[in-house]
Amino acid sequence: MMRHFHTELNDLKINLLKMASLVERALRDSLKAFNERDEALAKRIIEGDERINRLEVGIDKQCLSLLARYQPMAGDLRFITATMRINFDLERCGDQAVNVAERVIELVKRPPLFCCMNELQSIAEIAIEMLSEAVNAFVYRDDKLAIEVCKRDDEVDELRDYIFKALLDFMVTHSPAVRRGTHLIIVTRSWERVADHATNIAEHVVFLLEGKIIRHQY
Amino acid sequence: MKIKIATENLSFYYGDFCAIRNISLKFPENKVTALIGPSGCGKSTFIRCLNRMNDFIPGARVEGKVLLDGKNIYSKNIDVTEIRRRVGMVFQKPNPLPKSIFENIAYGLKINGWGNKAEIAAKVEESLKAAALWDRVKDKLKKSALSLSGGEQQRLCIARALAIEPEVLLMDEPCSALDPIATQKIEELIHRLKEKYTIIIVTHNMQQAARVSDYTAFFYMGSLIEVGTTEEIFTKPREKQTEDYITGRFG
Repeated sequence: MMRHFHTELNDLKINLLKMASLVERALRDSLKAFNERDEALAKRIIEGDERINRLEVGIDKQCLSLLARYQPMAGDLRFITATMRINFDLERCGDQAVNVAERVIELVKRPPLFCCMNELQSIAEIAIEMLSEAVNAFVYRDDKLAIEVCKRDDEVDELRDYIFKALLDFMVTHSPAVRRGTHLIIVTRSWERVADHATNIAEHVVFLLEGKIIRHQY
Repeated sequence: MKIKIATENLSFYYGDFCAIRNISLKFPENKVTALIGPSGCGKSTFIRCLNRMNDFIPGARVEGKVLLDGKNIYSKNIDVTEIRRRVGMVFQKPNPLPKSIFENIAYGLKINGWGNKAEIAAKVEESLKAAALWDRVKDKLKKSALSLSGGEQQRLCIARALAIEPEVLLMDEPCSALDPIATQKIEELIHRLKEKYTIIIVTHNMQQAARVSDYTAFFYMGSLIEVGTTEEIFTKPREKQTEDYITGRFG
């Protein structure tokens, strides 16, 4: 009976890792589509979100079923509740990949806007790296790495503030850039949200490993 | 927080075999403490030391102290009957006497010196109410206790234990022979009873320990491995052995 439970826990972990890899791929693709102004890739990301959503629902059901059938305790209980939360945050990251892809489809209709290109690249790369490290912290049960992820969130917030200000300043003086500038603000906001979800995931990993709730501390 | 009953370096031997080893454990007043651990880990032996129920076992001996309100119940000149009145016990299998429902409770009162019939009747009613059984049996008090269902018999045993006004209630797997509905009733009862009594419950059912207790102690091979708040033990135990046991990874 218990052996069966542990096999199911392992299946759950594999599904969560599958979810993480799909989401990470979607985010990397959305950055690529943004950089290369690749409308076809952007459309594929939007279509691919369906698969992420299905997997999210599947993992949620798996967790509920394990809770209902086995009433797990201690580390197993923390694993399942942490998985439910990580799953939710991953799905939201998938939604942000879609948001970026939708902006790409709008942006390619007009000439590129050369404002904050480096910063936009940086915020996206940091956000994706944070997510990737948070997932690694989960896989390798590394609480130190998880805390490092949490600490980086401030860096992303600062970048976001910088980009917002720069884009607004630019739009004030260049009115034809307002539409594109607004799309870029939305893109910036999406990457900042990815970093927030990565921070959440890292916090869930700390809860999983140490049983401590560190939410709202970083 | 007042400690109602505590053990200090308590060990118990069946002949040469040491069944519990050097256990120091405190039980706060008006709280429920659950003892968990695999079969043979010594939790029943331990609980039976708390009201000297093990005195009857030939060749057995106790070392260490059991302090009830700070006084060692194994000291000389202790009235063991009085200890067992103050520290009541409910067993795994309901064990009503082959008498009427009324007599099951009145019997204990009579041997404790109660003589006034009206007082006995009032106490029987009060005890049955406290055990949430009165409404079920008030019209058939003269019927045999053995005609009750298993869950009702167990509540009768609890009423019997409550009648003589104990201060501590020991429960040795009180629900293991009961169905989920009867179990739920006993658990609700435990919840209410802790307002008046200090309760120590041995259970194999981890979910039950998690539901009913304020504190949980984990025993393994005669030793106390870990004790803590129930929330802590079932979400983040400190000891790996506890974690392995409650997540079913033992052995």
